[in-house]
Amino acid sequence: MQIRALSVSEVNQYIKRILTGDPILAHIHVKGEISNYNPHSSGHMYFTLKDKSGRISCVMFRSNCERLKFVPGEGMNLICKGYISIYERGGQYQLYVNDMEPAGMGALYMAYQQLKERLEKEGIFDVKHKKPIPYIPKKIAVITSPTGAAVRDIISIILRRFPGAELYIFPVSVQGEIAVPSIIDAIKMCNDFSDIDVAIVGRGGGSIEELWAFNEEEVARAIFNSDIPIVSAVGHETDFTIADFVADLRAATPSAAAELVVPNIIEIKEYMNSLEKRLLYSIDVKTNTLRQRLSLTENNHFFKYPLNPIYEKQQYIDDLVQKLNKSLKTKKEFKEKHLMHIGERLNALSPLSIFSRGYSIVRDENEKIIKSIEQVEKDQVLNIGLIDGKIDCKVIKYAKEARTIV
Amino acid sequence: MSDFNFEEALIRLEEVVNKLENEELSLDESLKIFEEGINLYRLCSKELNEAEKKISLIIQEDGEFKKIPFKHEDE
Repeated sequence: MQIRALSVSEVNQYIKRILTGDPILAHIHVKGEISNYNPHSSGHMYFTLKDKSGRISCVMFRSNCERLKFVPGEGMNLICKGYISIYERGGQYQLYVNDMEPAGMGALYMAYQQLKERLEKEGIFDVKHKKPIPYIPKKIAVITSPTGAAVRDIISIILRRFPGAELYIFPVSVQGEIAVPSIIDAIKMCNDFSDIDVAIVGRGGGSIEELWAFNEEEVARAIFNSDIPIVSAVGHETDFTIADFVADLRAATPSAAAELVVPNIIEIKEYMNSLEKRLLYSIDVKTNTLRQRLSLTENNHFFKYPLNPIYEKQQYIDDLVQKLNKSLKTKKEFKEKHLMHIGERLNALSPLSIFSRGYSIVRDENEKIIKSIEQVEKDQVLNIGLIDGKIDCKVIKYAKEARTIV
Repeated sequence: MSDFNFEEALIRLEEVVNKLENEELSLDESLKIFEEGINLYRLCSKELNEAEKKISLIIQEDGEFKKIPFKHEDE
């Protein structure tokens, strides 16, 4: 019996019919790790799913790819949902993927991505919502496990940088079932507590599962709704949680949060001292400049000898007075000379000058001046007036003579 | 604590210093602003030196906050 030879296409079509007719292969979930990941420019995605001992070619068409929430990547563990069929041209069976989801850790990652995308769209990561962190917070809340290394690091760094800080530790569970409600409660509590200036929310490093509470939407919203600025401090530098995106400030680690929250007091003091120095220096410069300008004007002749013009005037007055005195004196001397001259003339005319030459005047009892011998008789009492006194005398003898000159 | 805001005071102090350094002010204005600067400096220094270290653990019981002194390992 001769078997009819089938064409290649017929074989492929036959196999295809068998494969697609199988109820298991028509709706299949295949778990494996992506390799040879090759997103094509057409929008279709070609890759291989593999496990320890086998591999299977996969294709995901564009329409399905577009519905994916996450971008698959090399090495990612996936659960792919689809059916098995044959690519007739290549004679190769493959998994036609309708949908996929990350397996294990991948599922959390996807959830994280989804939440992040949703919250981002909602705008709660926007910079405009970020509250400023006070430069020097007086009261600092630390929302974390009271027993971990994180709280220890935060406390010692804050106290080293700013020894006067007031720290309020709000103890929470940072992992496990009660982590989410306990973190939310603590955020609300520290908002109700008096005058907290800033809160650090976080924990030390751990696996993505251990950090998971900080990727939960409720925690993100509690952080968003906090009136107190919140600094997130979750895990290590490479861990980015939803809490980090929504927090007012993301610190890479709890230690970094402590550094961000308080300034270094030594640096501030140095800075303040430099400001004080500048203040003192510039007022010094200013007053010195003014002093110099002042001394310039002081050295100006007019300011140096301000009384000189007055002195000059006084000198002029003195001159005038002197001249006046001089002319007065001259006038007086002239008058005196004149007076003396007149006096001399007067003196020459005075009868007294005759007395001083030895002449005297003779009067009778009636004070009548005797000018002639005719006026006297014997025993008559006569009075002789001399220059310095008078003599009463009696006529003893008298004789008429021709003009007598003594 | 009062309404004193350290950061604002520090910013104002910087402004004062810059103004004094860069602007042509009258002696009167200079002295006035210098005095303000020195006062700000004193207030800031006081603020820095007055803060008082405290570490407390806060828990809530029956709606009441409770402060428990927190023993820090470095102490």
